[in-house]
Amino acid sequence: MSASNYQTLVEKFKGTVIDFAGEQTFVVSPDDYLASVEFIHSELGFEMLATLTAIDYGVQAEPRYHLFLRFNSIAGHDTFNLRVPVSGHNPKIHSIDKIYRNANWHEREVYDLFGVHFEESSDLRRIMMPFDWKGHPLRKDYPLGYEEPQFTFNFDEIEGHKPYAVRREE
Amino acid sequence: MPDLQSVTLEDIKHLVSGRALEGDTMLLNMGPQHPSTHGVLRVLLELDGETVINAIPDVGYLHTGIEKNMEAKTYQKAEVMTDRMDYLNTVGNNLGYCLAVEKLVGLDVPERAQYLRVILAELQRLASHMVWLGTSALDIAAMSDYMYAFREREIILGILELVSGQRMMTTYIRPGGVWRDVPAEFDKAVRDFLKILPKRIDQYESLLTKNPIFIDRCAKVGVISGEDALNWGLSGASLRGSGVNYDVRKFAPYSSYDHFDFEVPLHTDGDVRARYLVRIAEMRQSIKIIQQAMDRLPGGPVRSSNYKFVPPPRSEIGVSMEALIHHFKLWTEGFSAPKGSVYVAVESPRGELGTFLESDGGPKPYRVHFRTPSFDNLQVLPKLAKGHMVADLVVIIGSVDIVLGDIDR
Repeated sequence: MSASNYQTLVEKFKGTVIDFAGEQTFVVSPDDYLASVEFIHSELGFEMLATLTAIDYGVQAEPRYHLFLRFNSIAGHDTFNLRVPVSGHNPKIHSIDKIYRNANWHEREVYDLFGVHFEESSDLRRIMMPFDWKGHPLRKDYPLGYEEPQFTFNFDEIEGHKPYAVRREE
Repeated sequence: MPDLQSVTLEDIKHLVSGRALEGDTMLLNMGPQHPSTHGVLRVLLELDGETVINAIPDVGYLHTGIEKNMEAKTYQKAEVMTDRMDYLNTVGNNLGYCLAVEKLVGLDVPERAQYLRVILAELQRLASHMVWLGTSALDIAAMSDYMYAFREREIILGILELVSGQRMMTTYIRPGGVWRDVPAEFDKAVRDFLKILPKRIDQYESLLTKNPIFIDRCAKVGVISGEDALNWGLSGASLRGSGVNYDVRKFAPYSSYDHFDFEVPLHTDGDVRARYLVRIAEMRQSIKIIQQAMDRLPGGPVRSSNYKFVPPPRSEIGVSMEALIHHFKLWTEGFSAPKGSVYVAVESPRGELGTFLESDGGPKPYRVHFRTPSFDNLQVLPKLAKGHMVADLVVIIGSVDIVLGDIDR
Protein backbone atom coordinates (compact mmCIF):
# COMPACT_ATOMS: atom_id res chain seq x y z
CA MET A 1 0.00 0.00 0.00
CA SER A 2 1.71 3.14 -1.09
CA ALA A 3 1.31 6.18 1.12
CA SER A 4 2.04 8.63 -1.70
CA ASN A 5 -1.45 8.21 -3.20
CA TYR A 6 -2.97 9.28 0.10
CA GLN A 7 -0.64 12.28 0.27
CA THR A 8 -1.62 13.31 -3.28
CA LEU A 9 -5.28 13.30 -2.33
CA VAL A 10 -4.71 15.13 0.93
CA GLU A 11 -2.99 17.93 -0.96
CA LYS A 12 -5.61 18.03 -3.68
CA PHE A 13 -8.84 17.66 -1.69
CA LYS A 14 -7.91 18.78 1.85
CA GLY A 15 -9.13 15.61 3.50
CA THR A 16 -7.65 13.66 6.39
CA VAL A 17 -6.07 10.23 6.58
CA ILE A 18 -6.99 7.64 9.20
CA ASP A 19 -4.24 5.18 10.05
CA PHE A 20 -5.43 1.97 11.69
CA ALA A 21 -4.09 -1.60 11.83
CA GLY A 22 -1.64 -0.93 9.02
CA GLU A 23 -4.36 0.36 6.73
CA GLN A 24 -4.86 3.93 5.66
CA THR A 25 -8.19 5.47 4.79
CA PHE A 26 -8.71 8.82 3.14
CA VAL A 27 -11.69 10.82 4.41
CA VAL A 28 -13.07 13.26 1.86
CA SER A 29 -15.91 15.76 2.24
CA PRO A 30 -19.13 14.91 0.35
CA ASP A 31 -18.67 17.97 -1.90
CA ASP A 32 -15.39 16.60 -3.23
CA TYR A 33 -16.61 12.99 -3.41
CA LEU A 34 -17.33 12.79 -7.14
CA ALA A 35 -14.19 14.69 -8.10
CA SER A 36 -11.99 12.54 -5.87
CA VAL A 37 -13.42 9.28 -7.24
CA GLU A 38 -12.84 10.56 -10.78
CA PHE A 39 -9.29 11.43 -9.78
CA ILE A 40 -8.73 8.00 -8.22
CA HIS A 41 -10.05 6.33 -11.36
CA SER A 42 -8.34 8.30 -14.09
CA GLU A 43 -5.22 9.84 -12.51
CA LEU A 44 -4.21 7.27 -9.91
CA GLY A 45 -5.27 4.36 -12.13
CA PHE A 46 -7.46 2.32 -9.79
CA GLU A 47 -9.40 0.34 -12.40
CA MET A 48 -11.59 -1.68 -10.04
CA LEU A 49 -14.08 -0.72 -7.38
CA ALA A 50 -13.93 -3.59 -4.91
CA THR A 51 -16.76 -2.47 -2.69
CA LEU A 52 -18.97 0.41 -1.68
CA THR A 53 -20.84 0.22 1.59
CA ALA A 54 -22.13 2.40 4.41
CA ILE A 55 -21.91 2.58 8.18
CA ASP A 56 -24.64 4.11 10.34
CA TYR A 57 -23.35 5.90 13.45
CA GLY A 58 -26.75 6.26 15.08
CA VAL A 59 -29.62 8.72 15.06
CA GLN A 60 -27.90 11.45 17.05
CA ALA A 61 -24.59 11.39 15.20
CA GLU A 62 -23.89 14.05 12.63
CA PRO A 63 -22.82 13.22 9.98
CA ARG A 64 -24.82 10.09 10.60
CA TYR A 65 -23.49 7.88 7.78
CA HIS A 66 -20.11 7.12 6.35
CA LEU A 67 -19.68 5.58 2.93
CA PHE A 68 -16.71 3.24 2.69
CA LEU A 69 -15.15 2.52 -0.70
CA ARG A 70 -12.31 0.20 -1.60
CA PHE A 71 -10.42 0.42 -4.88
CA ASN A 72 -7.96 -1.99 -6.46
CA SER A 73 -5.27 -1.19 -8.98
CA ILE A 74 -4.17 -4.36 -10.72
CA ALA A 75 -1.54 -2.66 -12.88
CA GLY A 76 -0.18 -0.59 -9.98
CA HIS A 77 -0.53 -3.48 -7.51
CA ASP A 78 -2.18 -1.22 -4.94
CA THR A 79 -5.36 -0.71 -2.95
CA PHE A 80 -7.06 2.45 -1.77
CA ASN A 81 -9.64 3.09 0.97
CA LEU A 82 -11.98 6.05 0.86
CA ARG A 83 -14.53 7.30 3.35
CA VAL A 84 -17.19 9.94 2.87
CA PRO A 85 -19.37 11.31 5.67
CA VAL A 86 -23.03 11.70 4.67
CA SER A 87 -25.45 13.85 6.64
CA GLY A 88 -28.37 12.19 8.44
CA HIS A 89 -30.73 14.97 7.37
CA ASN A 90 -32.05 13.96 3.98
CA PRO A 91 -29.06 11.69 3.25
CA LYS A 92 -27.96 11.96 -0.35
CA ILE A 93 -24.78 11.88 -2.38
CA HIS A 94 -23.81 11.79 -6.02
CA SER A 95 -23.76 8.42 -7.76
CA ILE A 96 -20.49 7.12 -9.22
CA ASP A 97 -21.93 4.42 -11.50
CA LYS A 98 -20.82 6.36 -14.59
CA ILE A 99 -17.21 5.90 -13.47
CA TYR A 100 -17.36 2.38 -12.04
CA ARG A 101 -20.17 0.38 -13.63
CA ASN A 102 -20.45 -2.09 -10.76
CA ALA A 103 -21.11 0.73 -8.29
CA ASN A 104 -24.76 0.57 -9.30
CA TRP A 105 -25.73 -2.54 -7.36
CA HIS A 106 -23.63 -1.48 -4.38
CA GLU A 107 -25.43 1.88 -4.36
CA ARG A 108 -28.76 0.13 -4.67
CA GLU A 109 -27.85 -1.98 -1.66
CA VAL A 110 -26.88 1.08 0.40
CA TYR A 111 -30.05 2.86 -0.71
CA ASP A 112 -32.16 -0.17 0.19
CA LEU A 113 -30.61 -0.99 3.56
CA PHE A 114 -29.56 2.51 4.75
CA GLY A 115 -31.80 4.91 2.86
CA VAL A 116 -28.97 6.98 1.42
CA HIS A 117 -30.13 8.48 -1.85
CA PHE A 118 -27.77 8.48 -4.84
CA GLU A 119 -28.37 11.36 -7.20
CA GLU A 120 -28.29 10.79 -10.95
CA SER A 121 -28.02 7.03 -10.47
CA SER A 122 -28.83 5.04 -13.61
CA ASP A 123 -31.15 2.69 -11.74
CA LEU A 124 -31.95 3.29 -8.08
CA ARG A 125 -34.39 0.66 -6.87
CA ARG A 126 -34.44 -1.59 -3.82
CA ILE A 127 -32.34 -4.67 -4.38
CA MET A 128 -32.50 -6.94 -1.31
CA MET A 129 -35.85 -6.10 0.25
CA PRO A 130 -39.18 -6.30 -1.59
CA PHE A 131 -39.82 -3.19 -3.68
CA ASP A 132 -42.68 -2.01 -1.43
CA TRP A 133 -40.79 -2.52 1.87
CA LYS A 134 -41.01 0.23 4.48
CA GLY A 135 -37.87 1.23 6.38
CA HIS A 136 -34.17 0.56 5.92
CA PRO A 137 -33.07 -2.55 7.84
CA LEU A 138 -29.37 -1.85 8.40
CA ARG A 139 -30.01 1.47 10.12
CA LYS A 140 -29.22 1.29 13.81
CA ASP A 141 -32.75 2.36 14.79
CA TYR A 142 -34.31 -0.51 12.87
CA PRO A 143 -35.27 -3.34 15.25
CA LEU A 144 -33.65 -6.74 14.94
CA GLY A 145 -35.99 -9.63 15.54
CA TYR A 146 -37.96 -10.33 18.73
CA GLU A 147 -41.11 -9.06 17.07
CA GLU A 148 -43.99 -10.57 15.23
CA PRO A 149 -43.58 -10.80 11.50
CA GLN A 150 -45.53 -8.18 9.68
CA PHE A 151 -48.19 -9.57 7.37
CA THR A 152 -50.87 -7.63 5.54
CA PHE A 153 -53.54 -8.42 8.15
CA ASN A 154 -51.53 -7.15 11.14
CA PHE A 155 -49.36 -4.56 9.41
CA ASP A 156 -50.72 -1.45 11.14
CA GLU A 157 -50.78 -3.02 14.58
CA ILE A 158 -47.11 -3.99 14.48
CA GLU A 159 -46.03 -0.82 12.70
CA GLY A 160 -47.62 1.10 15.59
CA HIS A 161 -45.28 -0.23 18.26
CA LYS A 162 -42.04 -0.40 16.30
CA PRO A 163 -39.40 1.55 18.23
CA TYR A 164 -38.14 3.82 15.48
CA ALA A 165 -35.89 6.35 17.18
CA VAL A 166 -36.71 10.00 16.65
CA ARG A 167 -34.05 12.55 15.89
CA ARG A 168 -33.80 15.28 18.51
CA GLU A 169 -33.79 18.69 16.84
CA GLU A 170 -31.37 21.12 18.44
CA MET B 1 -52.22 -1.74 5.98
CA PRO B 2 -50.37 -0.52 2.91
CA ASP B 3 -52.05 -0.92 -0.42
CA LEU B 4 -50.81 -3.94 -2.28
CA GLN B 5 -48.68 -2.69 -5.11
CA SER B 6 -47.32 -4.33 -8.19
CA VAL B 7 -44.34 -3.48 -10.33
CA THR B 8 -45.48 -1.91 -13.56
CA LEU B 9 -43.70 -1.37 -16.82
CA GLU B 10 -43.41 2.27 -15.76
CA ASP B 11 -41.02 1.28 -12.92
CA ILE B 12 -38.56 -0.52 -15.17
CA LYS B 13 -38.89 1.47 -18.36
CA HIS B 14 -35.31 2.74 -18.09
CA LEU B 15 -34.10 -0.83 -18.27
CA VAL B 16 -35.95 -2.13 -21.32
CA SER B 17 -35.79 -1.00 -24.92
CA GLY B 18 -38.37 1.32 -26.48
CA ARG B 19 -39.84 -1.62 -28.37
CA ALA B 20 -40.93 -3.28 -25.14
CA LEU B 21 -43.01 -0.24 -24.23
CA GLU B 22 -44.87 -0.55 -27.52
CA GLY B 23 -45.44 -4.25 -26.89
CA ASP B 24 -43.21 -5.19 -29.79
CA THR B 25 -40.97 -7.50 -27.77
CA MET B 26 -41.86 -10.00 -25.08
CA LEU B 27 -41.08 -9.67 -21.36
CA LEU B 28 -40.58 -13.03 -19.75
CA ASN B 29 -39.63 -14.16 -16.25
CA MET B 30 -36.90 -16.73 -15.94
CA GLY B 31 -37.01 -17.98 -12.37
CA PRO B 32 -37.12 -17.57 -9.39
CA GLN B 33 -37.76 -21.30 -9.53
CA HIS B 34 -35.70 -22.47 -12.45
CA PRO B 35 -33.18 -25.32 -12.35
CA SER B 36 -30.45 -23.52 -14.27
CA THR B 37 -30.42 -20.25 -12.38
CA HIS B 38 -28.34 -22.04 -9.70
CA GLY B 39 -30.46 -20.80 -6.83
CA VAL B 40 -33.33 -18.44 -6.33
CA LEU B 41 -32.57 -15.92 -9.04
CA ARG B 42 -35.13 -14.20 -11.21
CA VAL B 43 -34.07 -12.78 -14.53
CA LEU B 44 -36.57 -10.60 -16.35
CA LEU B 45 -35.89 -11.15 -20.02
CA GLU B 46 -36.85 -8.92 -22.90
CA LEU B 47 -37.02 -11.21 -25.90
CA ASP B 48 -37.31 -10.73 -29.60
CA GLY B 49 -38.14 -14.25 -30.64
CA GLU B 50 -35.37 -16.26 -29.01
CA THR B 51 -32.88 -13.41 -28.88
CA VAL B 52 -32.22 -11.74 -25.55
CA ILE B 53 -32.45 -7.94 -25.93
CA ASN B 54 -32.24 -7.16 -22.24
CA ALA B 55 -31.79 -9.26 -19.14
CA ILE B 56 -32.60 -7.71 -15.78
CA PRO B 57 -31.47 -9.82 -12.81
CA ASP B 58 -33.61 -9.59 -9.70
CA VAL B 59 -31.96 -10.80 -6.51
CA GLY B 60 -32.84 -10.71 -2.82
CA TYR B 61 -34.93 -13.86 -2.50
CA LEU B 62 -32.38 -15.34 -0.11
CA HIS B 63 -31.75 -12.14 1.85
CA THR B 64 -31.46 -13.23 5.48
CA GLY B 65 -29.93 -10.12 7.03
CA ILE B 66 -26.67 -11.80 7.98
CA GLU B 67 -24.87 -8.45 8.26
CA LYS B 68 -27.52 -7.10 10.62
CA ASN B 69 -27.60 -10.29 12.69
CA MET B 70 -23.84 -10.29 13.13
CA GLU B 71 -24.02 -6.83 14.72
CA ALA B 72 -25.93 -8.37 17.63
CA LYS B 73 -23.45 -11.17 18.35
CA THR B 74 -19.95 -11.27 19.81
CA TYR B 75 -17.04 -11.74 17.42
CA GLN B 76 -16.83 -15.50 18.06
CA LYS B 77 -20.55 -16.15 17.89
CA ALA B 78 -21.01 -14.09 14.73
CA GLU B 79 -18.65 -16.38 12.87
CA VAL B 80 -21.15 -19.18 12.39
CA MET B 81 -23.25 -16.89 10.23
CA THR B 82 -20.45 -16.53 7.68
CA ASP B 83 -20.76 -20.21 6.79
CA ARG B 84 -24.28 -19.63 5.66
CA MET B 85 -23.45 -16.96 3.08
CA ASP B 86 -21.66 -18.83 0.36
CA TYR B 87 -22.63 -22.39 1.13
CA LEU B 88 -20.12 -23.81 -1.36
CA ASN B 89 -17.20 -21.97 0.22
CA THR B 90 -17.85 -22.27 3.93
CA VAL B 91 -14.19 -22.65 4.91
CA GLY B 92 -13.19 -19.67 2.78
CA ASN B 93 -15.85 -17.48 4.37
CA ASN B 94 -14.61 -18.41 7.85
CA LEU B 95 -11.08 -17.69 6.75
CA GLY B 96 -11.94 -14.22 5.45
CA TYR B 97 -13.86 -13.33 8.58
CA CYS B 98 -11.21 -14.68 10.96
CA LEU B 99 -8.42 -12.83 9.13
CA ALA B 100 -10.42 -9.62 9.51
CA VAL B 101 -10.97 -10.19 13.23
CA GLU B 102 -7.29 -11.06 13.71
CA LYS B 103 -6.25 -7.92 11.87
CA LEU B 104 -8.64 -5.85 13.96
CA VAL B 105 -7.34 -7.07 17.32
CA GLY B 106 -3.77 -7.76 16.18
CA LEU B 107 -3.69 -11.51 16.80
CA ASP B 108 -0.94 -13.81 15.49
CA VAL B 109 -1.71 -17.27 14.16
CA PRO B 110 0.72 -20.20 14.55
CA GLU B 111 2.19 -21.48 11.31
CA ARG B 112 0.65 -24.93 11.58
CA ALA B 113 -2.80 -23.35 11.77
CA GLN B 114 -2.03 -21.19 8.74
CA TYR B 115 -1.04 -24.25 6.71
CA LEU B 116 -4.13 -26.16 7.83
CA ARG B 117 -6.23 -23.20 6.78
CA VAL B 118 -4.64 -23.23 3.35
CA ILE B 119 -5.16 -26.98 2.93
CA LEU B 120 -8.82 -26.78 3.87
CA ALA B 121 -9.49 -23.64 1.86
CA GLU B 122 -7.99 -25.26 -1.23
CA LEU B 123 -9.96 -28.46 -0.65
CA GLN B 124 -13.04 -26.30 -0.41
CA ARG B 125 -12.08 -24.53 -3.63
CA LEU B 126 -11.85 -27.92 -5.34
CA ALA B 127 -15.25 -28.91 -3.97
CA SER B 128 -16.78 -25.64 -5.11
CA HIS B 129 -15.29 -25.95 -8.59
CA MET B 130 -16.66 -29.49 -8.77
CA VAL B 131 -20.16 -28.25 -8.03
CA TRP B 132 -19.69 -25.52 -10.63
CA LEU B 133 -18.38 -28.01 -13.19
CA GLY B 134 -21.18 -30.48 -12.57
CA THR B 135 -24.02 -28.01 -12.61
CA SER B 136 -22.84 -25.85 -15.47
CA ALA B 137 -22.18 -28.94 -17.58
CA LEU B 138 -25.62 -30.20 -16.64
CA ASP B 139 -27.08 -26.94 -17.97
CA ILE B 140 -25.90 -27.85 -21.44
CA ALA B 141 -27.11 -31.43 -20.94
CA ALA B 142 -23.72 -33.03 -20.28
CA MET B 143 -25.06 -35.31 -17.60
CA SER B 144 -22.07 -37.51 -16.77
CA ASP B 145 -19.76 -34.78 -15.47
CA TYR B 146 -22.30 -33.97 -12.80
CA MET B 147 -22.15 -37.51 -11.45
CA TYR B 148 -18.37 -37.71 -11.60
CA ALA B 149 -17.76 -34.31 -10.02
CA PHE B 150 -20.14 -34.95 -7.15
CA ARG B 151 -18.46 -38.29 -6.51
CA GLU B 152 -15.15 -36.52 -5.77
CA ARG B 153 -16.85 -33.69 -3.89
CA GLU B 154 -18.25 -36.30 -1.52
CA ILE B 155 -14.69 -37.30 -0.57
CA ILE B 156 -13.82 -33.67 0.22
CA LEU B 157 -16.91 -33.28 2.36
CA GLY B 158 -15.82 -36.47 4.11
CA ILE B 159 -12.45 -34.89 4.90
CA LEU B 160 -14.17 -31.76 6.22
CA GLU B 161 -16.34 -33.98 8.41
CA LEU B 162 -13.23 -35.76 9.63
CA VAL B 163 -11.59 -32.55 10.86
CA SER B 164 -14.60 -30.60 12.07
CA GLY B 165 -17.49 -32.99 12.55
CA GLN B 166 -19.53 -31.18 9.89
CA ARG B 167 -19.75 -31.74 6.17
CA MET B 168 -20.60 -28.21 5.12
CA MET B 169 -21.02 -25.64 7.90
CA THR B 170 -17.69 -26.38 9.49
CA THR B 171 -16.70 -23.23 11.44
CA TYR B 172 -13.40 -25.04 11.84
CA ILE B 173 -11.30 -21.92 11.39
CA ARG B 174 -11.59 -19.69 14.45
CA PRO B 175 -10.08 -16.31 15.31
CA GLY B 176 -6.54 -17.09 16.45
CA GLY B 177 -6.16 -20.44 14.69
CA VAL B 178 -8.35 -23.45 14.11
CA TRP B 179 -10.76 -25.24 16.41
CA ARG B 180 -8.44 -28.17 17.25
CA ASP B 181 -5.69 -30.16 15.64
CA VAL B 182 -6.56 -32.50 12.78
CA PRO B 183 -7.01 -36.19 13.65
CA ALA B 184 -4.37 -38.77 12.78
CA GLU B 185 -6.37 -40.05 9.80
CA PHE B 186 -6.29 -36.65 8.13
CA ASP B 187 -2.90 -37.08 6.48
CA LYS B 188 -3.79 -40.36 4.79
CA ALA B 189 -7.24 -39.18 3.74
CA VAL B 190 -5.88 -36.10 1.98
CA ARG B 191 -2.94 -37.86 0.38
CA ASP B 192 -5.12 -40.68 -0.94
CA PHE B 193 -7.46 -38.11 -2.39
CA LEU B 194 -4.64 -36.16 -4.01
CA LYS B 195 -3.39 -39.35 -5.61
CA ILE B 196 -6.60 -40.06 -7.47
CA LEU B 197 -7.64 -36.48 -8.23
CA PRO B 198 -5.39 -35.56 -11.21
CA LYS B 199 -6.69 -38.57 -13.14
CA ARG B 200 -10.25 -37.69 -12.23
CA ILE B 201 -9.79 -34.16 -13.53
CA ASP B 202 -8.46 -35.66 -16.78
CA GLN B 203 -11.64 -37.68 -16.84
CA TYR B 204 -13.81 -34.56 -16.48
CA GLU B 205 -11.84 -32.86 -19.21
CA SER B 206 -12.03 -35.81 -21.58
CA LEU B 207 -15.80 -35.43 -21.54
CA LEU B 208 -15.87 -31.70 -22.19
CA THR B 209 -12.74 -29.83 -23.22
CA LYS B 210 -12.49 -31.13 -26.78
CA ASN B 211 -16.11 -32.11 -27.15
CA PRO B 212 -17.35 -30.35 -30.33
CA ILE B 213 -20.83 -29.76 -28.92
CA PHE B 214 -19.37 -28.22 -25.78
CA ILE B 215 -17.08 -25.97 -27.83
CA ASP B 216 -19.98 -24.89 -30.04
CA ARG B 217 -22.05 -23.97 -27.02
CA CYS B 218 -19.30 -22.17 -25.14
CA ALA B 219 -16.83 -20.55 -27.51
CA LYS B 220 -17.51 -16.87 -28.30
CA VAL B 221 -20.51 -16.82 -25.94
CA GLY B 222 -20.70 -14.18 -23.21
CA VAL B 223 -17.53 -12.39 -24.26
CA ILE B 224 -16.15 -9.59 -22.09
CA SER B 225 -12.86 -7.76 -22.51
CA GLY B 226 -10.39 -7.44 -19.67
CA GLU B 227 -10.90 -3.70 -19.40
CA ASP B 228 -14.69 -4.01 -19.19
CA ALA B 229 -14.42 -6.88 -16.73
CA LEU B 230 -12.37 -4.69 -14.38
CA ASN B 231 -14.74 -1.77 -14.71
CA TRP B 232 -17.64 -4.09 -13.89
CA GLY B 233 -15.77 -5.31 -10.80
CA LEU B 234 -15.55 -8.93 -11.89
CA SER B 235 -13.11 -11.09 -9.97
CA GLY B 236 -12.00 -14.68 -9.78
CA ALA B 237 -12.02 -16.94 -12.81
CA SER B 238 -14.50 -14.65 -14.57
CA LEU B 239 -11.87 -11.90 -14.56
CA ARG B 240 -8.88 -14.15 -15.25
CA GLY B 241 -10.73 -15.66 -18.20
CA SER B 242 -10.48 -12.18 -19.73
CA GLY B 243 -6.73 -12.08 -19.26
CA VAL B 244 -6.44 -9.92 -16.14
CA ASN B 245 -3.97 -11.35 -13.66
CA TYR B 246 -5.76 -10.66 -10.39
CA ASP B 247 -5.71 -13.35 -7.76
CA VAL B 248 -5.81 -12.18 -4.14
CA ARG B 249 -3.59 -15.10 -3.16
CA LYS B 250 -0.80 -13.51 -5.25
CA PHE B 251 -1.92 -9.87 -5.10
CA ALA B 252 -1.92 -9.63 -1.31
CA PRO B 253 -0.88 -13.04 0.08
CA TYR B 254 -2.61 -14.04 3.30
CA SER B 255 -2.33 -17.07 5.57
CA SER B 256 1.17 -17.88 4.20
CA TYR B 257 0.07 -18.39 0.59
CA ASP B 258 3.39 -16.80 -0.35
CA HIS B 259 5.17 -19.92 0.96
CA PHE B 260 3.77 -22.02 -1.86
CA ASP B 261 4.72 -22.21 -5.48
CA PHE B 262 1.72 -22.03 -7.79
CA GLU B 263 0.61 -20.28 -10.94
CA VAL B 264 -2.41 -18.17 -11.71
CA PRO B 265 -4.05 -19.63 -14.82
CA LEU B 266 -5.03 -17.01 -17.38
CA HIS B 267 -6.91 -17.02 -20.65
CA THR B 268 -7.48 -14.14 -23.01
CA ASP B 269 -10.66 -15.09 -24.90
CA GLY B 270 -13.02 -13.79 -22.20
CA ASP B 271 -15.79 -16.18 -23.22
CA VAL B 272 -17.51 -19.05 -21.45
CA ARG B 273 -14.93 -21.55 -22.66
CA ALA B 274 -12.06 -19.40 -21.34
CA ARG B 275 -13.65 -19.27 -17.91
CA TYR B 276 -14.11 -23.05 -18.03
CA LEU B 277 -10.46 -23.63 -18.93
CA VAL B 278 -9.26 -21.25 -16.21
CA ARG B 279 -11.26 -23.04 -13.52
CA ILE B 280 -10.07 -26.46 -14.62
CA ALA B 281 -6.47 -25.23 -14.55
CA GLU B 282 -7.14 -23.71 -11.12
CA MET B 283 -8.17 -27.11 -9.81
CA ARG B 284 -4.79 -28.52 -10.84
CA GLN B 285 -3.02 -25.61 -9.12
CA SER B 286 -5.02 -26.25 -5.95
CA ILE B 287 -3.75 -29.82 -5.90
CA LYS B 288 -0.23 -28.44 -6.18
CA ILE B 289 -0.78 -26.09 -3.22
CA ILE B 290 -2.30 -28.81 -1.02
CA GLN B 291 0.55 -31.16 -1.90
CA GLN B 292 3.17 -28.59 -0.84
CA ALA B 293 1.28 -27.68 2.32
CA MET B 294 0.93 -31.34 3.31
CA ASP B 295 4.62 -32.00 2.72
CA ARG B 296 5.74 -28.97 4.68
CA LEU B 297 3.08 -29.00 7.39
CA PRO B 298 4.95 -27.86 10.53
CA GLY B 299 4.27 -29.16 14.01
CA GLY B 300 3.32 -27.07 17.00
CA PRO B 301 0.18 -25.46 18.33
CA VAL B 302 -2.84 -24.77 16.14
CA ARG B 303 -4.20 -21.89 18.21
CA SER B 304 -2.72 -18.68 19.45
CA SER B 305 -1.83 -18.78 23.13
CA ASN B 306 -3.11 -15.24 23.66
CA TYR B 307 -5.94 -16.14 26.04
CA LYS B 308 -7.39 -12.66 25.92
CA PHE B 309 -8.82 -13.65 22.54
CA VAL B 310 -8.58 -17.43 22.28
CA PRO B 311 -10.24 -19.73 24.83
CA PRO B 312 -7.70 -21.72 26.86
CA PRO B 313 -7.68 -25.51 26.45
CA ARG B 314 -9.98 -27.57 28.63
CA SER B 315 -7.04 -29.18 30.46
CA GLU B 316 -5.86 -25.80 31.76
CA ILE B 317 -9.26 -24.72 33.04
CA GLY B 318 -9.20 -27.33 35.80
CA VAL B 319 -5.83 -26.28 37.18
CA SER B 320 -5.45 -22.59 36.43
CA MET B 321 -7.61 -19.89 37.97
CA GLU B 322 -6.58 -17.44 35.28
CA ALA B 323 -7.55 -19.85 32.51
CA LEU B 324 -10.97 -20.27 34.13
CA ILE B 325 -11.45 -16.50 34.26
CA HIS B 326 -10.44 -16.17 30.58
CA HIS B 327 -12.78 -18.96 29.62
CA PHE B 328 -15.64 -17.35 31.51
CA LYS B 329 -14.96 -13.89 30.11
CA LEU B 330 -14.65 -15.11 26.52
CA TRP B 331 -17.86 -17.11 26.53
CA THR B 332 -19.97 -14.50 28.25
CA GLU B 333 -18.80 -11.02 27.31
CA GLY B 334 -16.45 -11.95 24.48
CA PHE B 335 -13.35 -9.94 23.64
CA SER B 336 -13.29 -6.26 22.81
CA ALA B 337 -11.64 -4.92 19.69
CA PRO B 338 -10.06 -1.47 19.39
CA LYS B 339 -12.04 1.25 17.70
CA GLY B 340 -11.47 1.31 13.97
CA SER B 341 -12.20 -0.52 10.75
CA VAL B 342 -10.41 -3.05 8.57
CA TYR B 343 -11.00 -4.55 5.14
CA VAL B 344 -9.51 -7.95 4.37
CA ALA B 345 -9.78 -9.71 1.03
CA VAL B 346 -9.37 -13.42 0.37
CA GLU B 347 -9.69 -15.36 -2.86
CA SER B 348 -12.89 -17.37 -2.75
CA PRO B 349 -13.58 -19.88 -5.56
CA ARG B 350 -15.67 -17.14 -7.17
CA GLY B 351 -13.33 -14.19 -6.72
CA GLU B 352 -12.47 -11.52 -4.21
CA LEU B 353 -14.30 -12.09 -0.94
CA GLY B 354 -13.82 -8.98 1.17
CA THR B 355 -14.71 -8.62 4.83
CA PHE B 356 -15.24 -5.12 6.15
CA LEU B 357 -15.32 -4.95 9.95
CA GLU B 358 -15.92 -1.81 11.95
CA SER B 359 -15.53 -1.84 15.73
CA ASP B 360 -16.74 0.74 18.22
CA GLY B 361 -14.49 -0.66 20.95
CA GLY B 362 -17.04 -3.14 22.28
CA PRO B 363 -17.26 -6.94 22.14
CA LYS B 364 -19.61 -6.96 19.15
CA PRO B 365 -18.83 -5.82 15.63
CA TYR B 366 -20.42 -2.42 14.99
CA ARG B 367 -20.77 -3.07 11.29
CA VAL B 368 -19.91 -6.08 9.18
CA HIS B 369 -20.02 -6.00 5.43
CA PHE B 370 -19.09 -8.72 2.99
CA ARG B 371 -17.94 -7.84 -0.48
CA THR B 372 -19.11 -11.04 -2.07
CA PRO B 373 -17.75 -11.99 -5.48
CA SER B 374 -21.03 -13.34 -6.88
CA PHE B 375 -22.71 -9.98 -6.26
CA ASP B 376 -20.45 -8.21 -8.73
CA ASN B 377 -20.14 -11.17 -11.06
CA LEU B 378 -23.90 -11.41 -11.56
CA GLN B 379 -24.27 -7.70 -12.14
CA VAL B 380 -22.53 -7.97 -15.48
CA LEU B 381 -25.07 -10.53 -16.75
CA PRO B 382 -27.10 -8.03 -18.86
CA LYS B 383 -23.94 -7.07 -20.72
CA LEU B 384 -22.88 -10.67 -21.31
CA ALA B 385 -26.30 -11.88 -22.36
CA LYS B 386 -27.27 -9.14 -24.78
CA GLY B 387 -27.77 -10.48 -28.31
CA HIS B 388 -27.49 -14.14 -27.38
CA MET B 389 -30.16 -16.84 -27.42
CA VAL B 390 -32.09 -17.79 -24.28
CA ALA B 391 -30.29 -21.12 -24.23
CA ASP B 392 -26.95 -19.28 -24.19
CA LEU B 393 -28.07 -17.26 -21.19
CA VAL B 394 -28.18 -20.48 -19.19
CA VAL B 395 -24.60 -21.23 -20.18
CA ILE B 396 -23.49 -17.71 -19.27
CA ILE B 397 -25.09 -17.85 -15.81
CA GLY B 398 -23.32 -21.16 -15.27
CA SER B 399 -20.00 -19.75 -16.39
CA VAL B 400 -19.86 -16.78 -14.01
CA ASP B 401 -20.43 -19.28 -11.18
CA ILE B 402 -22.84 -17.54 -8.86
CA VAL B 403 -24.11 -18.67 -5.48
CA LEU B 404 -27.28 -16.86 -4.54
CA GLY B 405 -26.64 -17.16 -0.82
CA ASP B 406 -23.43 -15.24 -1.49
CA ILE B 407 -25.27 -12.50 -3.36
CA ASP B 408 -28.17 -11.96 -0.99
CA ARG B 409 -26.45 -12.62 2.34
